[in-house]
Amino acid sequence: MTAPEAIEADSRQRRLALVASQGTLDQAYPPFILATTAASLGWEAGIYFTFYGLDILHKDRVDKLKVAPLANPAGPLQIPNIVGAIPGATALATATMKRWMDGSAMPTIPEFIEMARDLDVRFFACATTMGVMNVEESDLIDGCDIAGAAAFLDYAADADVQLFV
Amino acid sequence: MSQTNAPPEIAATVDASGLLCPLPVYKAALALKTMQPGQVLRLVTTDPGALADIPAMANQRGDNIVSVDEENGRQVFLIERGGAS
Repeated sequence: MTAPEAIEADSRQRRLALVASQGTLDQAYPPFILATTAASLGWEAGIYFTFYGLDILHKDRVDKLKVAPLANPAGPLQIPNIVGAIPGATALATATMKRWMDGSAMPTIPEFIEMARDLDVRFFACATTMGVMNVEESDLIDGCDIAGAAAFLDYAADADVQLFV
Repeated sequence: MSQTNAPPEIAATVDASGLLCPLPVYKAALALKTMQPGQVLRLVTTDPGALADIPAMANQRGDNIVSVDEENGRQVFLIERGGAS
């Protein structure tokens, strides 16, 4: 893991700066779809993983991301909240979403992580989230930049597109 | 581009049939990066979004769309690699 180094802005290369703040399986996809696309277009791309989004970089949690049917009326399991609250409902919704993704030949989140890394997408791990949620550097996948808001904003200030997920 | 209407020589083919965004763009870009400027990639897709995405990719990367055809419900793009990335 490296500290964020100074960014050499190439005025000719476009840049995408994303914030990934959600740690659910469904919300983990959009940042990776956008970042791998941007890198495929020849852009620089970086994702700032903050709050629950940090689970995506967490070695032990990335394989356990879930999607809950509770308070998620457009989700993979459209059932009343009172049913969504019973044990097993979240597991069923998660399995349904994984089946959707697999049936559509979409990569898994771990596969998207590898695709993004191969394309040199930068992963910023929110230092405050690590402190608040007691996450150590060694808990995270290799190659993350530990960064606070200022370091990410310094990167995002030179971006052509900035989005919050 | 040649002066005649002869079809361009295909340097590589990517079949992205059945794949959804971002995979057609991702796979096309991976292939284009291994090619030389001026070489032509044949890309086959079924994702309806590809009709917008592939020209957008070419625009961003600096490649040229030589042609777009429908073949048996599939889109076939011929993409000439530009000089960038």
